[in-house]
Amino acid sequence: MIEVENLVRTFGDFTAVKDISFSVPQGEIFAFLGPNGAGKSTTIKMLTTLLRPTSGTIRLNGLDPNKHQKEARQSFGIVFQDPSLDQEQTAYENMDLHGVLYSVPRKVRAQRIETLLKTFELWDRKDGMVKTFSGGMKRRLEIARGFLHTPKILFLDEPTLGLDPQSRNQLWTHVKALNETEQTTVFLTTHYMDEADRVAHRIAVMDHGSIVAQGTSAELKAQTNTDSLEAAFLALTGNSLRDESADSKQGLRQMAQMFGKR
Amino acid sequence: MGAIYILWLRELKRYARSRVQIVVSLGQPILYLVAFGAGFSPVFKQAGLGSYIQFIAPGIIGMTVLFSSVFNGIAMLWDRQFGFLKETLVAPVLRLQIMIGRTLGGATVSMIQGTLVFIISVLFGFRPHSLMAVPAAFLFIFLVAMVFSALGTAIGSVIKDMQGFQLVMNFLVMPIYFLSGALYPLKNLGKVMTTITRIDPLTYGVDGLRGTLISNFQLSPQLDIAVLTTVMCCFLALGAYLFSKIEV
Repeated sequence: MIEVENLVRTFGDFTAVKDISFSVPQGEIFAFLGPNGAGKSTTIKMLTTLLRPTSGTIRLNGLDPNKHQKEARQSFGIVFQDPSLDQEQTAYENMDLHGVLYSVPRKVRAQRIETLLKTFELWDRKDGMVKTFSGGMKRRLEIARGFLHTPKILFLDEPTLGLDPQSRNQLWTHVKALNETEQTTVFLTTHYMDEADRVAHRIAVMDHGSIVAQGTSAELKAQTNTDSLEAAFLALTGNSLRDESADSKQGLRQMAQMFGKR
Repeated sequence: MGAIYILWLRELKRYARSRVQIVVSLGQPILYLVAFGAGFSPVFKQAGLGSYIQFIAPGIIGMTVLFSSVFNGIAMLWDRQFGFLKETLVAPVLRLQIMIGRTLGGATVSMIQGTLVFIISVLFGFRPHSLMAVPAAFLFIFLVAMVFSALGTAIGSVIKDMQGFQLVMNFLVMPIYFLSGALYPLKNLGKVMTTITRIDPLTYGVDGLRGTLISNFQLSPQLDIAVLTTVMCCFLALGAYLFSKIEV
């Protein structure tokens, strides 16, 4: 479903992604782990048509996202790290808008919205303004929205960042359920090792632009001779801190945290 | 097409639901009407130019449309990272459709604002010279709204943080307003001011509004329409281009 070969991305003379390759079969939940600055966001952006690769090939559902942008985008959904809901509209309206943008026919749209909002336990708040929702509810709504157009692949970028354990647990229960019933391939990035361990079928660890290890959680633990995914991760990527320089995005993120709710 | 409609509708819904915002944004025009209108009235009358409220009201309508349009476009900065814009950029919809939906929506909202200010100025004593003037004035409100909505979209596609926003407001939008003859007549200005005011697109919008509403064209209706339409097309093209280049 996702096939990446020799993917490279440079920014000037800095190489953010150095010749990575991996493949994710249909219906798998694949976790992409890595320290800050490893190149995960860059990789996801290339997979979701937001950035062009410098070289290498990507196939999503058999399509090259750069050549067939529209079809590729139709076939995947994405939930970003920062919220991308319209705060000034209701939950139902947000779902509906997504449906229109993804050309979901009206009747199907109405049915899907109802099914998904009920699955994610948001149906009784369907006419509530998103700005009144808690962080957990907003996340659930975004993920419900991501599933609306029945994508073949769902990209989740740090989906549970900032959520309490109940919300996180519930969220993964729903995602796994949809993964099983609709065979949606799920590609996620996260820092929560325990989640990756519990939820993902296979894991890739990225560091400094390269994939340093790939496999199931058991394989990675065996490879590094450790007994938790977190220990395996640290063994693979080292203990040193990764300080990134602040960019304008982080400035805006701070302002959003100050002036809004997450 | 459905995408353009629903994005247009979204801008309207947002406006209609923000009651506090509507009231607040009418505060500044009212302040200008009262402070300048009442304050400068005696001076203006003494200069033999008639009632200042009559003179300034079209300028204030123009100001409202200007600020509302540009602000709406620049608000995209926030939406880019935290909102909703990212969702649209990743969807299987042409960037052009998204840009048109937003720009038309923003222009519609600022036209509504301009109309509200028009009504308020009538309450303050402004009288258009005939009822037929009002639809004609709407043409100019529409043109100004489109010109500056497109400009707002263009700028919003390029600025990266809040400082950029402040720079634009202070060094672009304010000068556009104050150098447009919204607050003073265009005749008898020195050479430098004459040149500057002629470069400012808002000058032609305000002149058009003033001309249709109180029969006081200081330039000419044909020139005003021609300039506004040309500038509108240029800004739309610029806006579409810059919007297509946004990287999330």
